[in-house]
Parts: sequence; structure tokens; C-alpha cells
Amino acid sequence: MPFQIVVLWTDILVYLLVALIIATIAYTRSREHLRAPWRRVAQSTSGMIGLTVLLAFVAAGLLDSLHFRPRLESKDTKAKAAYAVEVLSTLDIVLEPLRTRREKTYSAPLATNLYAKEMIERPDGTQVRDYPRLKYGGARLADPESDWAADIARSAFGGIAGGVVIWLLCGALVAATIARGSGAHISQEWARIWRGETEVPWGAILLTLLVFCALGGMTVALAAKYHVLGTDKVGQDVLYQALKGIRTGLVIGTLTTLVMLPFALALGIAAGYFGGWADDAIQYVYTTLNSIPGVLLIAAAVLMMQVYIDGHPELFPTAAQRADLRLLFLCIILGVTSWTGLCRLLRGETLKLKELEYIQAAHAFGVRHHRIISRHILPNVMYIVLISVVMEFSGLVLAEAVLSYVGVGVDPSMNSFGTMINNARLEMAREPMVWWSLAAAFIFMVTLVLAANLFADAVRDAFDPRVRTRALSPVRLAQLLHARRAQSLKAEKA
Amino acid sequence: MMAYIIRRLLYAVPILLGVNVVTFALFFLVNTPDDMARMQLGIKRVTPEAIASWKQERGYDKPLLYNADAAGAAKVTQTIFYEKSLRMFVFDFGRADDGRDIAREIRMRMGPSLAVAVPAFFVGLLIYITFALGFAFFRATYLDFWGVVICVAAMSISSMFYIIGGQYLIGKLWHLVPISGFSGGVDALRFIVLPAAIGVVGSFGASTRLYRTFFLEEISKDYVRTARAKGLSEVTVLFRHVLKNTMIPILTGVVVAIPFLFIGGLITESFFGIPGLGSYTIDAINSQDFGVVRSMVFIGSLLYIAGLLLTDISYTLVDPRVRLS
Repeated sequence: MPFQIVVLWTDILVYLLVALIIATIAYTRSREHLRAPWRRVAQSTSGMIGLTVLLAFVAAGLLDSLHFRPRLESKDTKAKAAYAVEVLSTLDIVLEPLRTRREKTYSAPLATNLYAKEMIERPDGTQVRDYPRLKYGGARLADPESDWAADIARSAFGGIAGGVVIWLLCGALVAATIARGSGAHISQEWARIWRGETEVPWGAILLTLLVFCALGGMTVALAAKYHVLGTDKVGQDVLYQALKGIRTGLVIGTLTTLVMLPFALALGIAAGYFGGWADDAIQYVYTTLNSIPGVLLIAAAVLMMQVYIDGHPELFPTAAQRADLRLLFLCIILGVTSWTGLCRLLRGETLKLKELEYIQAAHAFGVRHHRIISRHILPNVMYIVLISVVMEFSGLVLAEAVLSYVGVGVDPSMNSFGTMINNARLEMAREPMVWWSLAAAFIFMVTLVLAANLFADAVRDAFDPRVRTRALSPVRLAQLLHARRAQSLKAEKA
Repeated sequence: MMAYIIRRLLYAVPILLGVNVVTFALFFLVNTPDDMARMQLGIKRVTPEAIASWKQERGYDKPLLYNADAAGAAKVTQTIFYEKSLRMFVFDFGRADDGRDIAREIRMRMGPSLAVAVPAFFVGLLIYITFALGFAFFRATYLDFWGVVICVAAMSISSMFYIIGGQYLIGKLWHLVPISGFSGGVDALRFIVLPAAIGVVGSFGASTRLYRTFFLEEISKDYVRTARAKGLSEVTVLFRHVLKNTMIPILTGVVVAIPFLFIGGLITESFFGIPGLGSYTIDAINSQDFGVVRSMVFIGSLLYIAGLLLTDISYTLVDPRVRLS
């Protein structure tokens, strides 16, 4: 399929972030003092479960960050190529059936008939008022009433079985990889994983993967024939909307802090390091910004942004590009309101660091300011940056939903959890109730935010020097100690 | 003490001025009043006359910062900056798009906002501290572990789900209280219970967990060990020593929020149809009433500064080591 690549602003930033993470990993690998806290993160069971779930979401988000416009079919081959106004992503290609199979209006999850009664014309010409069959959902069933349950059970079971097979392959791969490292046999390694004796809690990770594979397999198998989470008012698949909403959540959660990070770092360190009037000025700026209630500042800024977008339609060739710029702007303005906290923390930490002996010594040796800052101060405040980036993620995802409800969030045409909740609010009043949109938004959002919270806690416990309690739970600690003792006993025997 | 408060109040003036400049820049410099008029009037009816009359109705037809046509002091006063931004310092907010006086509207709507927010605030605080102290008392047991698990799960749920779920369950299924609305007098109680309860439940997870870490931090200090060593029971240690000292970090976060009770919960009020300041703001945002949004930004900053001042004063009450000077 010929296409034209569309590069959205947030796409660039998303891939910049990915490059940044890869560079950080490469840099960290060879430095033991940087690896140590990450090893503590890797030992935390809840943190690694959170990370596993997060990675699944990130994969969907990254797939959704490659955009293009498909070429329109035209008979006249000589004519200049025309491209659709609709911007698609690679995720849309994967979810092609979900995206294109539109029903007429609402239908319940896994339903075969529409949600409301309509006039249907029978083959013999008479009219009857009944629930019409769906165009796609369970269309292959001859008699839904008798076949439906059996068909669902069969598909679901097949899907789960497929998922479990994939999971077994993953598990074998993990065991084989660890076994290569330790020199033990795969089956021994497999047993160690389940006894929880590995440093990294692979047992818990594999269990999470099992749940994920089974649910995923079931959903894929069912989605081939039905609308797993029902359809919305215009008949679009709710599962598709929820999957598309993942990217919006991830973008808001990560880019917001990324966009404002340079400012917070520069101003926070400058205020703490130089003191004097620079400190006064920077403090004044962030106190002023801080004293404007966040929601109101965002509302005011987004309203103004809307006026600007409406006034300059020529700047945006497609609706997706317009929505994307609004998303980026929302990230920036959310960053402006959340940046002050990080800035204050950095200032405080720099004030403390400045008085330490080794920095005093650097001063005495005549090392220049920018060198002291980049060599001695910056590396020592990075843990604050890391902790605040991961801690803020879940709050920002939740904030997006509230802002979209208020009407100052993402563009209404953009799929997000906030717009889903916003639309679902009115559907709750219908009789019978349309609950599936809300349920879908709830499931996806809670999973994402919970995973992010668990991971963030593990990162904070590992990096924050003030946390004196061990990150590991007593049970996990006992397991690890047991494993160590068993190993040392074995070594003694040998 | 008095001198300190007066000095702090004087510090507030440059900050409020800064807030004013920021909002002024946002509302009048980034987009001119012409842009706003065009947007509000819609694309079809935009004629230069319509824009001019729209601006005149709202007093946007003056120069932004400096009026060269006027004489004397009016050169500065006959401008948008003076009339729309500086006048806020004397609580003159002008009129909303529907013609009502904003200052009067704000006074009227404070009552319902407070009626919902104040009970939720105090009941919530009591519940969070109780549970946090309980978890700290049973620390490193299964009770504590599952308590934290529940807190983390609870804080992962968006507040909107609590509201929608609560309205559905209690209002629609069980018919215990009306789903939304408000009325004056004793009758108001029926309308307050649900939003207040949901407000408490909504921030249970985050607050309880935060206070629990405060308690645990305090428990690991030397004086607590001394108290135990001299034979005090764990209950006495917790209530007599730990609870009082933990009030300091708790107050830092809590007192700052007290003035915001006037504004109330933005989404709670709009979901429950409570005619408070929160729903007023949301309605203004939805109908793009710039005057109201600007006034609420000003009030919000004012309350924030009041909150900071209150925090400092409350420190002297709970922590005798702090002396304001």
C-alpha cells in the first residue's frame, strides 16, 4: 500500500524519549555504581510486575506512534497522487478489522444483536419490531440463541490455549537464557524460578505474563468474531478506542515531565548554586506560577490555544495534526504547572550539595562553575529527577481524564480515556444502561496507573537515600536468603 | 508575630501582580480581543460591526496598556489592563457574559461550596489519620501489608470513577439520596452527604499512605526508642509522642488546602449539580466566559497565598521551636 509518512510533533518527542532511555541504559550498564540501584529495582516483585505490564502498554503506544496517510485509490494513474485526510498509525494496521467493522450504534459486549429495537422487514414483506442482528458481531452464527454460548466458549478456550502455548515458549526462553548464564540445566533453572530463588523475581514476572497471554489470546480469538467490549454510539468498537487511548495517556504521562525537564534543571540548580538575586528571581517566578491553581491556569491556556487554532486553520492540513498540536500544548502547559515542585526540590538539594567538602575543594582548585555543576552537582541530583518523573506519571494520566471532562483536555476527536469517560457519563442515564465504554476505560486506566504506581514505588525505594526500609518484602527476603544458603551449602559440599 | 504577618501580606502583593500579568498576557496578548470576539460570535456572523459591538459590551474596546487619547491619569486608567486586571485588587471583577455581577455571584456561591467541602475535609482528615496510625501500629504485619495494597489500588482509580460509581450505586440503585441538586436549609443535608462521602473516599488511598510514611518516619526516631526504653506502652508512645510530632508534616500539606475549600471540588460540584464556585468555574470554561475564568484565577492565587500564611502560623502553634520573626 503506497503511503505518505506523517511525522507528528509528539511522535518525534516519543522517539527522542526512547532514544534517551536506550542511551541511559547503555551508559548505566558499564558503571557499577549506577547499576546497583537498578538491581534493587529488579529485585522488587511488585516493581517488576508493574514494569511487565507497563512494557505491554508502551509497546502498544509505540506502535501507535508511527503515522502515515494511505494513498487514495484512483483509476486515473497519471493524476497526482492524492492521500487520505485520515492519518493512520501502525497500530491501526494491526487492528484493521476492529477499526473498519462498524456497527450502526450501541451493542453490548459480545452481543449478536443491536442494543435497541428497530423496525425490521422480514423476507415475506411484513414488518416486525425487534433487535436487529449486527453486521459483524457474531454474523456467522445461524441461530444466535442456541449457538452463541457454545461459540463463545469454543473461541475463548481456543484463544486461552493459544495464549498459554505462547507463554510456555516465553517461559522456556527465559529459563534457557538464565541457564546459559549460570551453567545449570534448563529444568533446574525452571524449578528455581518457581521456588522464587532467582535474584530477579522471574516467577512473578512469568505469572503476570501468563495472565496477560491468556487474556490477550482470549481477546484476540473473540475479537475476530465479536465486539469484545461492545460498540459505542456510532458503532465503533470500544476495545479499539481503549487501545488507541493508551498512546494519549502515555504521551501525557511522559512528555509533560520531559518537556519541562531542561527548565526545571537549569533554574533549580542555578537558584541553589548561585543564590543571591538569581535565587530571588527564580523563586519569585515559581511562587507566582505555583500560586495560580493548576486547573485554572491550564483551562485559561487551553482556551487561548483553542482561539489560536480556530484562527489559523491553514497551519493544520489534517485533523490529526491539529489534535496532536493540542496534545503537545497540553503537555507543555501541564508541565508549566507541575514543574515548580521539581524546581524547588532541585534548588534545595543543590543548596545542600554546595556546602559539601568536595565541592568546596573544587572551588579552591579554581574549577569553573559550569564544570562544577556538570561534574559534581548534576549527577548527584539526577536521582531526584528520576524519582519525580516516575512518580508524576500516574498522576498525569489521571489528570488527563479530569481535564478532558472539564473540556480543556485533549481534542474531542482524539481517542483517550478522558474522552471515553466523558462520553460514557451521559450513556449511564440510558435505559437499559450502556456501561461498557465506562468499564473499558476503567479497566485500561486502572491497569496502567496501578502498574505505573507499583513501578514508581520500586524506583523510589531503590534510589531515595532517605528510604531506610528495605524495598524487599519479608517473604521475598526470606526466599532470597534461603536460596543463598542453599548455594553456599552446595559449594561447601563440592 | 503581627509584624511578621503584615510583612508576609506585603510580600503577597508582587506575587499577585505577577499572577495578574500572567493572566493578562494569556488573555489579551496571546490572542487579541478581536480573536476572542470572532471565536465567540462564530464563523458565520463575523462582521467588523459585530466584533466592535461585542468588544464594547464587555469593555474590550480600549487600548491594552496605554490610552493616548485620554487626558491625565485617564491615560493609564482608561485601558484594559487597568480596568480588567488591576481592578481585581479591590474585588471589582466586572460582569459575566450573562450580565451578572461576578463579585456578587462569587459571594453567593461560596456557601454551597463550603457546605460540601468543609465536612469532607475534616471527616476525611480524621479518617486518614486514624487509618494511617492504625497501619503504623500494626506495621510489618499482614494488616499493614494489605492496608497499603488497598491504598495503592485505591489511588490508582480516577476520582471520576468514584463519583460515577457512587452516584449509580447509592443514588440510582438504592435511592438513598438524590443523585444531584442542591437546596438551602436543613434539606441541604440530603444533597451534601453523597458528594462529601465520595470526596473522602476519593483521596483515601493517597492520603492514608502518605500519612503512614510520616508516622513510620517519626517512629524510627531516637526519642521514640527512649520512650519505649523507659517502659511506656506502645499505645502511649504512639498517641502521646508520635501522633503529636507527626502533625507537623501533616499540617504542611493540609493547611495550605484550607482556603481552597471555598472553591470546592471542581468536578465533584459539576457532577452533583451543586451551585458552588467549582461548578461556576467549569461552566465558565465550557461557555468560554473569559471574565469569570480570569476572576477565578485571581481568587485562587489569593487563597493559595492565604494558605501559605496559615501554614506558617500553624507551625508556631504545633511546633514551639519555630519562631516567626
